[in-house]
Amino acid sequence: MRIPIESYRLSNGLVVTLSEDHTAPIVAVNLWYRVGSANERPGRTGFAHLFEHMLFQGSEHVAANEHFELIQRAGGTLNGSTWLDRTNYYETVPSNELALALWLEADRMGGLLPAMTQQKLDTQRDVVKNERRWSMDNQPYGTWSERLPALTYPPNHPFHHSLMGSMEDLSAARLEDIANFFATYYRPDNAVLSIAGDFDPSEARALVAQYLGAIPRGPASIPPLADMRLSPTFGGARREVVPDMVMVPRLFLAFRAPVFGTDEYYAGSVLGAILGLGKASRLQRELVREREIASDATAFTFDLTQGADLLVIDATARPEVSSDALEEEVAREVAALERDGVTAAEVERAVALIETSFVTSLQSAGERADKLSMFAAQFDDPFLLNEQTERYSAVTVDRVNAFARARLGADNRASLVYVPKPGDGGLPNEAEAASGAAR
Amino acid sequence: MSGAEAPRAVLSPVRPPPAPPVPYRFPRFEISSLENGLRVIVAPVHKLPVVTALLLVDAGASTEPAGRDGVANLTARGLLEGTMRRSGNELTEHFERLGAGVFAGADWDSADVGVTVLTTHLEAALSLVGELVLEPSFPERDVARLRAERLADLLQMRTEPRGLADEMFARFVYDPVSRYARPEDGGPDTVTTLTRDDMVRFYRNRYRPHGSTLVLAGDLSVDEGLTLARRTLGRWDGRADRCAPPSDAPARTTRAVHLVYKEDAPQSELRIGHIGLPRTHPDYFPTLVMNAVLGGLFSSRINLNLREAHAYTYAAFSGFAWRRGAGPFVASTAVENDVTAQAAREVLAEIDRIRAAPVSADELSLATSYLGGVFPIKYETTDAIARALAALAAYDLPLDYFDTYRDAIRAVSVADVQRAAERHLHPEALQVVVVGDASEVKATLEAMEFGPLLEYGADGADITD
Repeated sequence: MRIPIESYRLSNGLVVTLSEDHTAPIVAVNLWYRVGSANERPGRTGFAHLFEHMLFQGSEHVAANEHFELIQRAGGTLNGSTWLDRTNYYETVPSNELALALWLEADRMGGLLPAMTQQKLDTQRDVVKNERRWSMDNQPYGTWSERLPALTYPPNHPFHHSLMGSMEDLSAARLEDIANFFATYYRPDNAVLSIAGDFDPSEARALVAQYLGAIPRGPASIPPLADMRLSPTFGGARREVVPDMVMVPRLFLAFRAPVFGTDEYYAGSVLGAILGLGKASRLQRELVREREIASDATAFTFDLTQGADLLVIDATARPEVSSDALEEEVAREVAALERDGVTAAEVERAVALIETSFVTSLQSAGERADKLSMFAAQFDDPFLLNEQTERYSAVTVDRVNAFARARLGADNRASLVYVPKPGDGGLPNEAEAASGAAR
Repeated sequence: MSGAEAPRAVLSPVRPPPAPPVPYRFPRFEISSLENGLRVIVAPVHKLPVVTALLLVDAGASTEPAGRDGVANLTARGLLEGTMRRSGNELTEHFERLGAGVFAGADWDSADVGVTVLTTHLEAALSLVGELVLEPSFPERDVARLRAERLADLLQMRTEPRGLADEMFARFVYDPVSRYARPEDGGPDTVTTLTRDDMVRFYRNRYRPHGSTLVLAGDLSVDEGLTLARRTLGRWDGRADRCAPPSDAPARTTRAVHLVYKEDAPQSELRIGHIGLPRTHPDYFPTLVMNAVLGGLFSSRINLNLREAHAYTYAAFSGFAWRRGAGPFVASTAVENDVTAQAAREVLAEIDRIRAAPVSADELSLATSYLGGVFPIKYETTDAIARALAALAAYDLPLDYFDTYRDAIRAVSVADVQRAAERHLHPEALQVVVVGDASEVKATLEAMEFGPLLEYGADGADITD
């Protein structure tokens, strides 16, 4: 399965990728900036994400919140997101509004600072604090997304600290930091622009040149990240137990894993799918269906492209099962896989599921554009998109088994265990006591 | 500001006008009926080698027998647990080796079984769908497991404030005689008592071709679709009686505040609303547009007020839940403890305001151009197209529904919006539900005098003193 891809670079360094599809009169515009929480300085955690909010607060020719209104009025959808190693901004609009989307992206890439005010920063800081409460602090297990990187990356490693940021650091963010961060990272030579859907390539090229071509490169070079490379394993077991406002235990078991894009990554991704993708995966079949230890169990990777990635098993205990029993049972599955390896049928099933999900995702113009931006931003090669199904099909039993032997050992396991805080709901103590006998 | 030493960009100050609009049509589809009464809708979409098959059965939660809450969901999920020919493990293994993640579930109005596959595997996947729909075995052990998993979900909800707020809201809004007052997938009282016999009986009564619809959307022709439908579901037989939708009787007709205790919560989950109107109500379009102005979009009044003007929250929205019967209207948000009462006051004020004065032409055009414009974006995938066609069947919408949708949205006037707000928003009947830390929010909620304050534990027990 291949989609059409064109790619070129403007003189200001902006990489542009285009992918035509005239099935419906819609077009997706997607920008990746190579900046994420990894680029934050100590004491300024949460800044990349707070900044993402500020990019919707208006720019030189766009009033606060007008970006949202103009796209919605045009009949489009839009958003942005922040990850450890990138930030993206995207909209899908009716194809006759491509110029509007490009104009809006250009105005905030080239003209954010004149529109910034202390009041906007104060408002968005409070909005983000509420986002933190909503998505993490007031959600059962909600803090896993900052606890797991903290447990698995060394202190001072760019992936160690919280993406959402601490309340303290969010309070400390100043307008001056906004200006510096913007000037440092939000520039055409640190970005990729992708357009997918119903457009005429020569018209699109002209519009891109017209609106984004005159935005100058950044003045200085982009500060490099510290060396992010890590040894292939943790070099020992790590464990953190978190008593929380939860009713049942949940385990996040992480393995240090090879970064996205490497051959070993694809083997690891297939191994993850054998373990935890679909109802016939090992964890679902054994822990959920057969032994009834867990109510759900999945596995996934963070898909980081630098330093080291994580392969994570996520298993939620049935109410009568203790956290110890859950950990033991998951460990047993991991050990069996490490010791005995996988079968050809398991590899085939995993690859088939991954392929369907990949092809299905490409139905959406927004997904196409985002994947093109990802391959262009992280690998300087958007054409890699068309190689993904082959990369997965090339994974063999031997490669998965080699991955299992190298990466699933006792020296490469980090357990983040949530347990019910004694006193909440009155269940934990009974449940812990009962589970020992029952299981 | 220091640090902004980058050279100034040359930006175009003029916002570009739209190019001439490109016409859009919802994918063509054909509706046929098999000899056994099964309706088959085929929508050929040849964009990628992918097909979605979705079987819709008139076996949703609102068709459950009295006292058997949860049997609809359990039965639908039970279909995947094995057939007369193979175990649940073998069945899912077969699907997944085709690359097909099969799902089955039930909502208020229907049960559905669906699968998205590469075209090359369509026939094999559909044959498995036919097998699990016609010959499910509902193994005793797996029934017990599904029941236990539902009970585990219910237990977990006691510390999950969003789900808890939604469930509590339904309970405080609908009279207990209405099925809508109780959780869609059943509460602990009934789920504990559900047996394999209940599922088998429900399956025999409700899973019938007459009243069901198979939708096939994607890379196939109408003829291919019909042939496959006949081959896989042609020998299915029988008819399911149509059930009346659940009662729309309210729990109370005057405003009240319901405070559900969640100790140490750093935020309050707020739900403010009342009973709405059924999907087939003639005011559907004016009400949809009215809600888009009130709280349906990022740029709607409620979000701009609570998030952008006051920074009380990360997000605030309102919506009507569209069902065969009258689903709820609800405004939802999560706010910091110390502004809980103020946030509720702002939501109530916005509901009053949209009834008191006409919306501006600008607000109306934002709502209608958004709803009309995103229409093609909503239907990019075979799954979305199949779901839209399933809704057409579930609610007996006219065949030209998708072709006239955008005109119907554009035809809504300021006066229509005003009328919809007056008719379908009822400030006096609003129930204000707060899931949060009572020690932090109770006093200010009382001081606001929204209405009588009732208090509950996380299990819903009334603890008002």
